[in-house]
Amino acid sequence: MHDDLYLALRQCIIDGDPEQAIELCQRALAAGIAALDAINEGLVPGLNHVGEQFAQGEMFLPDLVMAGEAMKAATAILEPAMQKAGARRETLGKVVLGTVQGDIHEIGKTLVGTMLSASGFEVHDLGVDVPFETFAVKARELNADVVGVSALLTTTMTGQKNVVEALERHGLRPRVKIVVGGAPVTRSWGEEIGADGYGEDALAAVALAKTLLGK
Amino acid sequence: MQPKLEILERELIERILGEAFTLIAEPGVKVQAPAAVELLAGAGARIEEGVAHIPEALARRALASAPREFFLHNRAGEAVVRYGGDAVQFDPGSSCVHILDPATLEHRMTQAADLVRLVQVAEMLPQYAAQSTAVVCNDVPKETGDLYRLFLVLLHSSKPIVTGAFAAHSVPVMIELLAADSGGREALRRKPRAVFDVCPSPPLHWSEFAGQNLADLARAGVPAEVVSVPLAGAAAPVTLAGTLVQHAAECISGIVIHQLAQPGAPVVWGGAPAIFDMRSGITAMGAVETAMLNVACAQVGKHLGLPTHGYLTGSDAKVMDAQAGMESGVAALMGALGGINMISGAGMLDSLACHSAEKLVLDAETIAMAQRVLQGIRPRGESLALAMFAQAGLRGEFLKLAETRKLFRSEQHLPSSVIDRGSLHAWEQSGAKDTFARARERVAELLAAYRRPALAAEVEGELKAIVGEQARRAGMEQLPGLGT
Repeated sequence: MHDDLYLALRQCIIDGDPEQAIELCQRALAAGIAALDAINEGLVPGLNHVGEQFAQGEMFLPDLVMAGEAMKAATAILEPAMQKAGARRETLGKVVLGTVQGDIHEIGKTLVGTMLSASGFEVHDLGVDVPFETFAVKARELNADVVGVSALLTTTMTGQKNVVEALERHGLRPRVKIVVGGAPVTRSWGEEIGADGYGEDALAAVALAKTLLGK
Repeated sequence: MQPKLEILERELIERILGEAFTLIAEPGVKVQAPAAVELLAGAGARIEEGVAHIPEALARRALASAPREFFLHNRAGEAVVRYGGDAVQFDPGSSCVHILDPATLEHRMTQAADLVRLVQVAEMLPQYAAQSTAVVCNDVPKETGDLYRLFLVLLHSSKPIVTGAFAAHSVPVMIELLAADSGGREALRRKPRAVFDVCPSPPLHWSEFAGQNLADLARAGVPAEVVSVPLAGAAAPVTLAGTLVQHAAECISGIVIHQLAQPGAPVVWGGAPAIFDMRSGITAMGAVETAMLNVACAQVGKHLGLPTHGYLTGSDAKVMDAQAGMESGVAALMGALGGINMISGAGMLDSLACHSAEKLVLDAETIAMAQRVLQGIRPRGESLALAMFAQAGLRGEFLKLAETRKLFRSEQHLPSSVIDRGSLHAWEQSGAKDTFARARERVAELLAAYRRPALAAEVEGELKAIVGEQARRAGMEQLPGLGT
């Protein structure tokens, strides 16, 4: 019945068009479509398509990022309606994400966040230059399942170890999983500092998070 | 004539600079170093919420007070590296975290011993006009990592050095090391041996430590290289022209801070601009657009009359394969034709992550080829060919002419054993080795022939005392990498 609208929602994600996404979501709600249906029947298939195309090398990071922006714009419209209806979008888990203290590199961490959200995780991005302690405090406050720590400099990657220690001090280990990433970071470094995993890139980060949470 | 590659029209250079001057005024430049903020405010820049709005007139004064030329010196005090004009020199890439293990092809974490080995290989290759602090030593605590690298290069090399600090407090100690090596602070100022890379964070941001570095280096009279690193498409505009504007704005703002601290102090219009790979998200050091950006950035710097630096000759390949050779070869030649004074990046693989002694050896061949191109084609006698034809006639026995023997070495670059031009039979007889196998052998030969350059015992003692003090504070029980 609402097939055309679902297709349009799917397409606005593929086109990475936040304005179109807002308009279509408003139309969907006005037409009586349940917010959760708009997400599951329209937006998510669009995201899946972008993810597949990216994995095949047919789509690129800007396509991925803009699809994420369109998704963010769409869910901002649908969220209040969902709450009113008492519906909850099932997520794969809660992820707290940030670039470690002393490091202001944003890109890698943001890409990971985009891919995780697109794949159905609830992502709380703490930004850059995040104090070690803040990762732990936020993880507790939000009842996070995974903490992701990014470091782009050889001089700041040692801070990932401090984050592991902070989570231990707060008694959050081993329940809360810690994953690390960033240009100088390696699998063996992750193992050395007692992290639960290392992701080579944004796609690997999604696979890692799913494995760690048994999804 | 020295062959040249210019890729920007004059009108476009003017537009790039015009927009760069606009950017540093509005939105302005984020400056976190209190010393730099103080200098900028004192010179009339408006400071609001950590952002400096730099007027064009102030920027133009700084660009005018920066020297057009300076030299780096070897330990003997000879001016062997010229920053200025169209001089072209190469040095190995800096600050890798991995080294390619030549036996297993594993990219393993670098240690002090790896740095020493790379320095020894580069010391033996005349294609490298300068050394670099090539890798991070993972067996050295990070608080002393930057100065410890410089210490190891000073111990094992007599060439000029391209280096840099990881923290604000390191620069004074590193200057102390260089002063000990040069025979005092005045001697170091007069005949600097090292240049320090100082990087703004893209876009348009001088961190506390980078801003402080600029001021400290200017006051000590030790050359600074403003290495702006715009990443086109991610941390800079996706258009190459737009990235050039950001690069210019970052360089200009750095030079303003530097020249305000000490007008006339030596400074370089440097950079490591690159494109962002839209598939993998890496910094694509081997991309042709990265080479284009480096040549164009240098062209803008030359337009301003400043010494230049770029970051080419690295590759995104993971082993020393055809991709590594192709990317490095294209980029080194473009950089050389661009007349970039110092081209950093040789030896690097995997974007900026991995160093390789074998690749340093191969890149030395690429550099030699590029340097041969720069020498161009020139007449060697009264006639170009007539005199030689008068002797050889139509028999064409040019190999028998005295001129051939006299001139072939200056006409042809004679490659090392890394390059194979022999017959198929000879190649098969000698084990059918590929480039990587030949490079491994050459590395072994160079290391066997290497002798540590002379260093006065009292200077060595002084260097060790300075570093020993820092090492103790950082909790190091021994100093790795001292062996010859």
